[in-house]
Amino acid sequence: MAGTEVPASGAALADVAKSAQAIFRTLVDVLARPGTIRPLPVNFITPAPLTPELAAFAVTMVDQEAPLWLDARLAASEAALRFLRFHTGARLVSAPSQASFALVGDALAMPELQAFAQGTADYPDASTTVVIAVDHLAPASPGARAALTFAGPGIDGRAALSVGPLPLNIRVQMAENRARYPRGVDCFFVSRGHVAAIPRSATVFGED
Amino acid sequence: MSTTGYNFAYLDEQTKRMIRRAILKAIAIPGYQVPFASREMPMPYGWGTGGVQVTAAIIGHDDVLKVIDQGSDDTTNAVSIRKFFAKTAGVATTTRTREATIIQTRHRIPEAPLREGQIIVYQVPIPEPLRFLEPRETETRRLHALNDYGLMHVKLYEDIARHGHIATTYAYPVQVAGRYVMDPSPIPKFDNPKMHMSPALQLFGAGREKRIYAVPPHTPVKSLDFDDHPFAVQHFDKPCALCGAERVYLDEVVLDDRGGRMFVCSDTDYCEERRAQGHAGAMAPDGARAQPGEAGHGR
Repeated sequence: MAGTEVPASGAALADVAKSAQAIFRTLVDVLARPGTIRPLPVNFITPAPLTPELAAFAVTMVDQEAPLWLDARLAASEAALRFLRFHTGARLVSAPSQASFALVGDALAMPELQAFAQGTADYPDASTTVVIAVDHLAPASPGARAALTFAGPGIDGRAALSVGPLPLNIRVQMAENRARYPRGVDCFFVSRGHVAAIPRSATVFGED
Repeated sequence: MSTTGYNFAYLDEQTKRMIRRAILKAIAIPGYQVPFASREMPMPYGWGTGGVQVTAAIIGHDDVLKVIDQGSDDTTNAVSIRKFFAKTAGVATTTRTREATIIQTRHRIPEAPLREGQIIVYQVPIPEPLRFLEPRETETRRLHALNDYGLMHVKLYEDIARHGHIATTYAYPVQVAGRYVMDPSPIPKFDNPKMHMSPALQLFGAGREKRIYAVPPHTPVKSLDFDDHPFAVQHFDKPCALCGAERVYLDEVVLDDRGGRMFVCSDTDYCEERRAQGHAGAMAPDGARAQPGEAGHGR
């Protein structure tokens, strides 16, 4: 992607149209093929604990029309708040149930998926897209013990992801999320330079 | 190359973000119609403004675009949209199904099987499959929410009662991933089976009606039917008169005022490719085998 240093002012993406399109197509690709891991074309510096991948997602998808929620770790950082306010213009909301997008910097402390906006039966699209920063994101073989194994639209057979750290009861949460279908939230996982997704339409196996 | 004075691919970045948010929801809820703030485009409603907006939101410098109108690459609608993106995005265009990364289509799915990584964008006039059965948006929305598609089955049943078979031949309703009933746009029902478990991502844009919906790859798409009246596609008695292809969708071309007619491939690229390979139909011009790649519709 267009190499980009984050300047003190100005857009975070050097050639906005080109970079945003490349990032968006990657997001489309991983959401349409759940379990697929793709390189996320980002190359800019962000204030910790905001990772470049979380920032890339926000800059590409969020603006003043899409309320943004940050978890406690991100919200505690004045620099992260300033970065996101400046580069997205997003309205920050304190309740996860009001957010179009949620950025999670500390997955182990994240609220349960049901705390986010679920949409309504008439408008299931009025729901939160949850973007979770993880340390580890790797392909796995379906059925592997520590992996998340799932099936559904976009998946030829079954898919699996080795992803973490995540809350211990994530399988239960995802099964409940699937039970609410077509309401529910869609999850993106971002690690260093990579992204994958599990949409609400995926059925996660092996709840424990 | 691209024109100055416009943003890349015509739409401004904020509009693209709005459309992109709708596309992500559409992919996550296959077959559900996501409302979006459709913009005015420099072409009239009915000319594919929804498809154009979807394409503008996804297209990048590296993409290769193919545009078809009723299977043809060289009718007005297809030519003007292809030129629109060549001008505003500077992207490469093609007529070859295999070479395209994005295919925008009006009312057909190409005969050549789509592959992994391709995106097909459908232009949709009326996205709501229940609209002619129930005019109120509040009601159709509730019917989708309740997964209540009895009305549609009554409509298909009435077809059988009246005609002895399901007489719907295009825009034939489908159920996506076992949940939402969806209008596949006015493609002939001949093309419906191609949507089922397709390796390509399918996006649908309705500009006037302001809706976007999607079918992810490898997703079941079932044409509605009854156990005793199973879904079946059209059959043609003769092969294509130009390239001799069988089991493809054919257009009727009237040749004179004495009942003369011929049936030729609706998919012009497929037909040309076959003729270039040396296939010839019953009415192929003499020497067709010697001139591979010659364009023509039998007119």
